[in-house]
Amino acid sequence: MRAVDAIIECLKAEGVEHVFGIPGGANLPTYDALYDGGVRHIQCRHEQGAGHAAEGYAKASGRVGVALATSGPGATNLVTPIADAMMDSVPTVFITGQVRTDLIGTDGFQEADVSGITLPIVKHSMMIQDPREIPEAIHTAFHIASTGRPGPVLVDIPQDLSRADIDYEPVDRVNLPGYQPTTEGNAKQIRLAAKALANARRPVIYAGGGVISAEAAKELTELGESDRFPVTCTVMGLGAFPAPHDHWLGMLGMHGTRAANYAMDEADLICCIGARFDDRITGKLSEFAPRAKFIHIDVDPAEISKNVPAHIPIVGDAKKILPKLTREYRALESDSARLDGWWERIRNWRDKHPLRYEDSVDSEIKPQWMIQALYQATGGDAVVTSDVGQHQMWTAQHYDFAKPRRWINSGGLGTMGFGLPSAMGAKVAMPDEQVVCVAGDGSLIMNVQELATCVTEEIPVKVMIMNNGYLGMVRQWQELFWDRRYSSVDMGSSPDWVKLAEAFGAKGVQLTQKESLVDDMKEALAEDGPVVVDVRVTPEENCYPMIPAGQAARDMVG
Amino acid sequence: MGEPATKEVLNLEDLQVSGGVSTGRKHVLSILSENKPGVLARIAGLFARRGFNIESLAVGPTDDPSISRFTLTVDGAAHPIDQVTKQLHKLINVIKIRDLEPEETVARELALFKISADDNARAQIMQFTDIFRGKVVDVSKRSVTVEVTGSDDKIEAFEQMVRPFGLIEMVRTGEIAVSRGRGTT
Repeated sequence: MRAVDAIIECLKAEGVEHVFGIPGGANLPTYDALYDGGVRHIQCRHEQGAGHAAEGYAKASGRVGVALATSGPGATNLVTPIADAMMDSVPTVFITGQVRTDLIGTDGFQEADVSGITLPIVKHSMMIQDPREIPEAIHTAFHIASTGRPGPVLVDIPQDLSRADIDYEPVDRVNLPGYQPTTEGNAKQIRLAAKALANARRPVIYAGGGVISAEAAKELTELGESDRFPVTCTVMGLGAFPAPHDHWLGMLGMHGTRAANYAMDEADLICCIGARFDDRITGKLSEFAPRAKFIHIDVDPAEISKNVPAHIPIVGDAKKILPKLTREYRALESDSARLDGWWERIRNWRDKHPLRYEDSVDSEIKPQWMIQALYQATGGDAVVTSDVGQHQMWTAQHYDFAKPRRWINSGGLGTMGFGLPSAMGAKVAMPDEQVVCVAGDGSLIMNVQELATCVTEEIPVKVMIMNNGYLGMVRQWQELFWDRRYSSVDMGSSPDWVKLAEAFGAKGVQLTQKESLVDDMKEALAEDGPVVVDVRVTPEENCYPMIPAGQAARDMVG
Repeated sequence: MGEPATKEVLNLEDLQVSGGVSTGRKHVLSILSENKPGVLARIAGLFARRGFNIESLAVGPTDDPSISRFTLTVDGAAHPIDQVTKQLHKLINVIKIRDLEPEETVARELALFKISADDNARAQIMQFTDIFRGKVVDVSKRSVTVEVTGSDDKIEAFEQMVRPFGLIEMVRTGEIAVSRGRGTT
């Protein structure tokens, strides 16, 4: 059997039904095998789009996303999605073609050292040197990508090796002596954490994307409800705890709610689950949660005490640890009345500082209203992807995600142009779900070519452009911190989004009236095919509240 | 998981941080890895991008040809050593890491010193070489090359002694180490 046919067999054995990619010289053999191999290939228009589609597929479904590219420029175009998948721990496998082995190191046509280039941004990578290694390498890649802390794995296969004949035998186990993720969680530490929670008077549960990766949203909710524990999530964790909920503080961090950030600031105990104390959460590290002790639960031991020293570290899988913690906590029968004062304080923040904005006096659409209208138009139950910037933060603030895997965005790397291709991948993974991309006008243009993929491959995603004519978040920073010197943030009047959508064969609509926005959105969402909705919003609206970069929660503005 | 916890009071103030603290001393890490292409690049790249500084590094095969050993010294004052080892552990090819305790470890390094030496100096240099149990491995009219083996302190002491004669070149291998006693490192 050709090695490439073995690759397809391995993909099928891993349960792969869809792959995203673009063919080229060095991966021609793989595409020959795909021709009638029985795995659906989504032919993207740019490898970056294929990579983000694989991420969207993985984030929406929890299954491993797969993207293929040829050598050289095909492979280097995957660099951004690989880095993105690394930062957000997305289970993905990238299979790249490489030039023939006799050309490696000669600066051959379309040669690039993709293993070297991606070394700092992969969970693991393998450069194939013998065709007989290929089946085990593919299974190893899936195993590493999907277990422990998930992440991207690259398999680089020289063209001549991929067409070699090998004796293929199904691989049932992989041999990784140095890779055994800890999952169970230390029982003593869990008990200690339960006791600490029982003795805390101002506790906060701070959860991140790890809870979603671990499929532990239900377990998180049970822990939160085992007492009156206030819960906040990072932008990656939204949906891990159902919003709205009595215990829900809203998102925390730079554009989080005051209730969430002030609660972190005054907490005496913070229980961090599957999050990593990123600078967008902590602000000024030396003034972060100065009164708190920390429980830190994470499957990746290197995250513990990386940024904030933990007092009770627990390494393992949240899905296994949280039920034990909840059970231990309940057994302590702690008196909930100790939290009365804390809740009084939190309620006070909530009442005094709800998320709010000033509505327009005319029919202009405020960006915040756009997201609230989308919530109404979708019944609050769509899979929503976004690009990066103001629209991303407004969506995070105003679309109350009640379930996990409904909110797909680029949190760590902050990749503009992520929204459309990831929506495409999400829709392929979950064809029965309504999938909406909330795009920025600055971001969408970066990967707009994937509209062609959506049309030709019949992937009916709906794109809602929050069109303010600016690189809005940069403009906001220039306004607030650079004396309003607007440098290279005006997007001008190009493109005409409706015509652009139509040129791609999609439907295009422009919306400008706030009164009819919900109904107009519903109409667009009811269309069968891909739709681009150009929603014109207030050009110079700022996203608030905000912790200015490098400052503390107490310094929130707006 | 046994019996649930008892209701005794735990004072949050008594909780101590675990990890993330610098030890302030030099650490010798002995790392076993799969003998696969690119492992050195992965380890070196990890140190570079996390801003950790490698003081010395020695790599070689072990008694098992499928496994390599890296002996790496890191300044524990500059970086929390547990963060260094945890990041190293994340490399899939890394099998085992041991942070060797100085008292329970035999560490050696080999160094070659090329020292400028006329007839007068040569005798003195050879005297120092004897005291340090080194070996003269090359002699020319105007130079002498000495091999010294030992701990890094000893090598640094020898360097201090011979530097006044005019040190033309010095090459050091970086420390290698094994644990004392019968157990494996």
